[in-house]
Amino acid sequence: MIEIRDGKKILVTPVSDEDLKDIHIGDIVYLTGSMTTCRDVAHRRLVEEHRPLPVDVRNNAIFHAGPIIRPLENDKFEMVSVGPTTSMRMEKFEKEFVEQTGVKVIIGKGGMGPNTEYACKNFKAIHCVFPAGNAVVAATEVEEIVRAEWRDLGMPETLWNCRVKEFGPLIVSIDADGRNMFEENKVIFNERKDKAVEEICKHVGFIK
Amino acid sequence: MSKKEQVEQLTTYMAHFVDHIGKKLPDDIIAKLDELAEKEDSPLSKVIYATMKKNQDLAVKLNRPSCQDTGVLQFWVKCGTQFPLIGELEGLLKEAVVKATFEAPLRHNSVETFDEYNTGKNVGKGTPTVFWDIVPDSDKCEIYAYMAGGGCTLPGKAMVLMPGAGYEGVTQFVMDVMTSYGLNACPPLLVGVGVATSVETAALLSKKALMRPLGSHNENERAAYMEKLLEDGINSIGLGPQGMGGKYSVMGVHIENTARHPSTIGVAVNVGCWSHRRGHIIFDKDLNYTITTHSGVTL
Repeated sequence: MIEIRDGKKILVTPVSDEDLKDIHIGDIVYLTGSMTTCRDVAHRRLVEEHRPLPVDVRNNAIFHAGPIIRPLENDKFEMVSVGPTTSMRMEKFEKEFVEQTGVKVIIGKGGMGPNTEYACKNFKAIHCVFPAGNAVVAATEVEEIVRAEWRDLGMPETLWNCRVKEFGPLIVSIDADGRNMFEENKVIFNERKDKAVEEICKHVGFIK
Repeated sequence: MSKKEQVEQLTTYMAHFVDHIGKKLPDDIIAKLDELAEKEDSPLSKVIYATMKKNQDLAVKLNRPSCQDTGVLQFWVKCGTQFPLIGELEGLLKEAVVKATFEAPLRHNSVETFDEYNTGKNVGKGTPTVFWDIVPDSDKCEIYAYMAGGGCTLPGKAMVLMPGAGYEGVTQFVMDVMTSYGLNACPPLLVGVGVATSVETAALLSKKALMRPLGSHNENERAAYMEKLLEDGINSIGLGPQGMGGKYSVMGVHIENTARHPSTIGVAVNVGCWSHRRGHIIFDKDLNYTITTHSGVTL
């Protein structure tokens, strides 16, 4: 479901294919509902070890992140600090991951590649960037840690299932049409880089 | 103070210092980010810089690490041979990290290699890393404490060029890293470049370069000129905050260098993210301290 509040576009879980239709790369959205931290080893366990994910993320969101958690009483936890980690590390697994889990919103840092583009386009999902290094902003948008699964993976890699409220800003980097903002930017960045290298090289002929 | 009390005192000071640098950025970085935020004009850049500012304010207000990735701690130590705790220093820095890990708290970031388990204490075999410079005839001890997350550690790269590649080859090497891994490493970046003989000498220099204050220059005129050329060149790529496009890419470029073997040019790049958490503290022999990077701190 999509809500517009104070000019903010808010995706509320469960998210449908229809909800993602008018969201494009470069847009800023927010998320309310169910979001689970999920990163390197969890992806590997699902895709390579064929172990089912202990949290159902269908039509919900995952967050490539490893938080700092403070344990409270009665098996409850406090989210102290949580921010995105480099999404590209999960690129190797993301196509199978999206196909098997039915996740709709992938949140992380930096771009992802052709596997994720394929998944977003064909299984209808989006990849968004939460501005990295802003872990306290993100933590204060987590209302509750609902469950903690695969705790044997340690604090960063445990699946922390969270209820979030207006979690963001989330900048859409791959949309459900498979367009990829980072890849489109990279073409421009590389052209500018080549020009800059040529210019610098005119001035650094120090070995004569 | 007895030796045991001195060790306890210095451990506590360093635990508090590590805790602090995880929550508040150094003065020079804050000023630079404010300056860059002012210069950017796209709505996306504005939203990102505003989030960064809000985050740093919240981190101090709520007393939490500003970024969840508090790194594997590194300490660059410049220790006088007469500093009374020179022999205890490496052990007590490890203890200080354990203490800070539970008090701050910091993330558990030490995974034992091959056995592949997280120690849960943020220390392990060889971590935290301590790099030593011994200063003769001094009773002082300077420590740079640095926490770099995985994101800005990932672009690190070193190689040995043939002299025929020249400084043009060094330029290409640095610039290629910026558009491949650099844009994912949380720009605006601080870029450290080492120029020396081999991979390890260049690599150490490239990390050391990140300890220098912003706005400082290499003392060699040509190296300083190249710092400026690279800074302008990388800015012209327009990575913007978070690598999502903008007018600027870096907070600075620092080059550190040594003499080289005539047959090789060792070159390395290390980058620091916008959340450049490094602190510099100087102790005298009585453990009175001076902090140069962060104003208004009492440990």
